[in-house]
Amino acid sequence: MSDNTGSDKRRAANRSLIGHLLIMTAGMFAFGFALVPLYDVFCDITGFGGRTNTEAATVTERPDESRTVTVEFASNLSGFGHWDFEPEMRTMEVQPGRLYQMNFVARNGSDNVLTGHAVPSVAPGSVARHFQKTECFCFEPQEFDPREQRDMPVVFILDPEIPRHVDRVTLSYTFFTGGPVAAR
Amino acid sequence: MSTASSHVDGHHEEHHPKGIVRWLTTTNHKDIGTMYLVFSLLMFFVGGAMALVIRAELFEPGLQFVHPEFFNQMTTMHALIMIFGAVMPAFVGLANWMIPLQVGAPDMALPRMNNLSFWILPFAFAMLLSTLFFDGGAPASGWTMYPPLIQQTGDAFPFLIFSVHLMGISSIMGAINIVVTILNMRAPGMTLLKMPLFTWTWLITAYLLIAVMPVLAGAVTMLLTDQFFGTSFFHAAGGGDPVMFQHIFWFFGHPEVYIMILPAFGIISEIIPTFARKPLFGYEAMVYATASIAFLSFIVWAHHMFTVGMPLAGQLFFMYATMLIAVPTGVKIFNWVATMWRGAMTFETPMLFAIAFLFLFTIGGFSGLMLAIVPADYQYHDSYFVVAHFHYVLVPGAVFAIMAGVYYWLPKWTGRMYNEKLGKVHFWLSVIGVNVAFFPQHFLGLAGMPRRIPDYATQFTNFNAISSVGAFMFGLSQLLFAYIIWRAVRGGEKATAEVWENTKGLEWTVPSPAPYHTFDEPPEVR
Repeated sequence: MSDNTGSDKRRAANRSLIGHLLIMTAGMFAFGFALVPLYDVFCDITGFGGRTNTEAATVTERPDESRTVTVEFASNLSGFGHWDFEPEMRTMEVQPGRLYQMNFVARNGSDNVLTGHAVPSVAPGSVARHFQKTECFCFEPQEFDPREQRDMPVVFILDPEIPRHVDRVTLSYTFFTGGPVAAR
Repeated sequence: MSTASSHVDGHHEEHHPKGIVRWLTTTNHKDIGTMYLVFSLLMFFVGGAMALVIRAELFEPGLQFVHPEFFNQMTTMHALIMIFGAVMPAFVGLANWMIPLQVGAPDMALPRMNNLSFWILPFAFAMLLSTLFFDGGAPASGWTMYPPLIQQTGDAFPFLIFSVHLMGISSIMGAINIVVTILNMRAPGMTLLKMPLFTWTWLITAYLLIAVMPVLAGAVTMLLTDQFFGTSFFHAAGGGDPVMFQHIFWFFGHPEVYIMILPAFGIISEIIPTFARKPLFGYEAMVYATASIAFLSFIVWAHHMFTVGMPLAGQLFFMYATMLIAVPTGVKIFNWVATMWRGAMTFETPMLFAIAFLFLFTIGGFSGLMLAIVPADYQYHDSYFVVAHFHYVLVPGAVFAIMAGVYYWLPKWTGRMYNEKLGKVHFWLSVIGVNVAFFPQHFLGLAGMPRRIPDYATQFTNFNAISSVGAFMFGLSQLLFAYIIWRAVRGGEKATAEVWENTKGLEWTVPSPAPYHTFDEPPEVR
């Protein structure tokens, strides 16, 4: 008899412990997915990963004429395909607080209509939030006719608050191209 | 009345199915432990054969035997099989065999789930290994599965993801079983701080498994949906970030490396006191050190990825947190040394492996400290120095501890002593082979040789040749290990219940071989 109640007790204890452990398992599975929005928030706050604005910023010009910062432009293509994608110039001297424009030249070398989307990144990541774009081809997907070449502008400004020790900032775009646009 | 140990079978025996059905349907912790151990030995040879393909190719510069794509498949599969197929199941097998015996329980708490968690594994690895025969070949992007590279895997991709899912489910079920057994099935009088250290380290390991295997499952699920269902968790084009995968992966990955070493600490903590004939020095400190290591393992993950670009504050935090782990680990090393201090030591094979563990794991720990230094890590990252480091902690670390545990408990399982002379030959071949294989890799890494590349510049030739010779020596001497085990199963000198002189712990109170059912009546623990 006492054996039976003992094993019943153990069974109940096992059940509740297993329940707790399963909740822990499910919780950690959910935590893995919760890391995704947490990572976004973390990156937006710290500029980690070189995140920069992907929607037009509104700024006012307050030029700081006491110094210049070198802005480097980099372009990358993702995957393979008949594409050219280059900035018009590799570097530019800019004064913080003033708006500048730079064109990136893209050419669709294929015989199909293609859409591409450029994803920006700023290095060093710690100053990414001081780099604002008021106009950028990266805000929207870009559609190209066969063999079309065109200039795509980005208008940007460096925040005058950018730390004084920073004398060089890189703006990099990776151009992702989708497949041919369906049924055109 | 029946006593705990001599109450063998009786009515249980007649229900036994024979042959393969017995193994398919068994819920006995000893059967399942044996299956885990045999499976892990098999995977150890499969993964080892892949390592030998790698070392054969790297014996000389240039491409000799295999295509670069196949070489990459070998590095990837070698890691996946050794981690999930050899080391982890070996520890689970030891846990299955020894934890009920150590805590005085008649079996694991959830015997049917136990059967299921083992039988998932052969399917998981059949799926994974079958990809070797696919047109596009097996996964080749490294076991870390970083996107976007992993997303170039062909048909093998979903097989990889689902086999990782299965391994995860198996591990989680095993871990839940172990936690419930330890917390609810201990013999009366066995308080937590009277538990043997192998049981203690496994309790903590099981919690680590429950905490991080689901995170890995989440990460690979995201890879799967990115590939097939148009999500953009890691696609930069869709607003995702491939670096995020590395964060999620290593949030799993760092605790994972402790999952592979904490039970090893437990085994060593059992063996050294036996052969030093002294109680373990600082038992409670060992328990707290293990728990501290487990806690710290959650806050150091980014040291695997210092070079992705990270704020200075982040680098400093992860560097110091990583170095902090040396403190509890040092506590353990010094306690083992203090246990041996002035002990009446003898050097049977398990003790030889335990002492080699102590020396060589410490070397691996020190190279880990070097890697923790951020500016140095920029130099060492993805070089052969990293390969040398983690092989030192995993081979003469985890694998030597498993071998030590097998030699130590084998007489309890089979009732027969293994051949001591052959055991010592196996030890010396292994310890020399392992050092010849992995020590030169430190120099290769410091000289700049990258990992996971089938060819190399000619100045690296000598050390690579030496390393390959050592790898073949180590690999082939494991055939001797299998032979020694086979001989101890077939026959040999009869073992006593105590097996070793003056052993402590409940597992030594049952006869050798341990009867099919033990502790039907719970033993009294003082």
